[in-house]
Amino acid sequence: MSDRRSGRPYMDPYLAGVGIGCVLLAAFVVMGHGLGASGAFSSVVASGVALADSARAASNDAYAGYLPGGPASVFRDWFVLEVAGVFLGGMASALLAGRFRRAVDRGPRISSRARLVYAFGGGAVMGLGAKLARGCTSGLALTGGAVFSVGSWIFIAGAFGAGYLFAPLFRRQWL
Amino acid sequence: MIGPFVETGLLSPAAGLVMAILIGFAFGWFLEQGGLGNARKLAGQFYLTDLTVFKVMFSAIVTAALGLFWFGRLGVIDPALLYVPVTYVLPQLAGGVVFGLGFVMGGLCPGTSCVAASTGRIDGLALMAGMLFGVLGFNELYPVIASFYSSTPMGAATVPDLLGIPTGNALFLLTVIAIAAFVVGHRIERRLRGLTSKRG
Repeated sequence: MSDRRSGRPYMDPYLAGVGIGCVLLAAFVVMGHGLGASGAFSSVVASGVALADSARAASNDAYAGYLPGGPASVFRDWFVLEVAGVFLGGMASALLAGRFRRAVDRGPRISSRARLVYAFGGGAVMGLGAKLARGCTSGLALTGGAVFSVGSWIFIAGAFGAGYLFAPLFRRQWL
Repeated sequence: MIGPFVETGLLSPAAGLVMAILIGFAFGWFLEQGGLGNARKLAGQFYLTDLTVFKVMFSAIVTAALGLFWFGRLGVIDPALLYVPVTYVLPQLAGGVVFGLGFVMGGLCPGTSCVAASTGRIDGLALMAGMLFGVLGFNELYPVIASFYSSTPMGAATVPDLLGIPTGNALFLLTVIAIAAFVVGHRIERRLRGLTSKRG
């Protein structure tokens, strides 16, 4: 884990958790809602489809809900801007700590190409799951967990339960 | 009551959009600092070789829950104006299971894939592309699954409401459970470290 090329060691996980908790608290105090990530993907997809085929986007509620201002909605979506911030913040942190590296993070027994296929596939499966659940680890688990939402804790149980259940199938990829 | 600022009119929605970038920046910063831009570290949670995800998530939830409770008590925010994610029991259980499968397959979640991508990791980019594809697939299937998607609704239900206890008591329980889970986590880590050092 502590490779000399990988930069400074990571922050203590509890400290990082308290930091994220304070950021989440700030989001609630300022906006009245928490953090999110999958919603930004939904907004990008909706605006993309609206540009390509506006009738298709207008006739399907799954798109229409993200298009209050037409195809340009993506630029005024709170979660899209927040995720843009996540990009910048993550990059700044990695650059300052010497951890920015062009690489494919993977286990020792899998090729980069296979890892990228799994990453794309995992993303697609997660996209379906996050849409069905109405949120992801940020918007549903973290945010809803802090306000004791019943659905959030159901999602946390389902996601981590399934993670452990399916982990043996992907062991070769990671260990 | 002065907060939430955008809800009480203290801050304009346009200013809220500027805050989005600042709040996101801090979120991304701490995710990277905690090592959550690294897929191997995240996947380690599911093989109990690395409990970072659990430690970061649980301490973040407890921190925010404690802050929200006390800010509400002290009158800094109006708790009635806070958005509680709405509950749909079966879709969220099924969605969670599908999400968990994707999580252990891809090794990153939607938010952390952005951190991985922005720190040079190509697998983060691949996962983001997959997410867009999955969301598109769901939306195209939406007319067929709309009835299941809206089934078993419970509105803005909360765990304390469900258990019939005050929020403060639920918060106390959550904090005790978190501390107990951290202790168990450390036992697991110590045992695993013992095993690997004996082997190596």
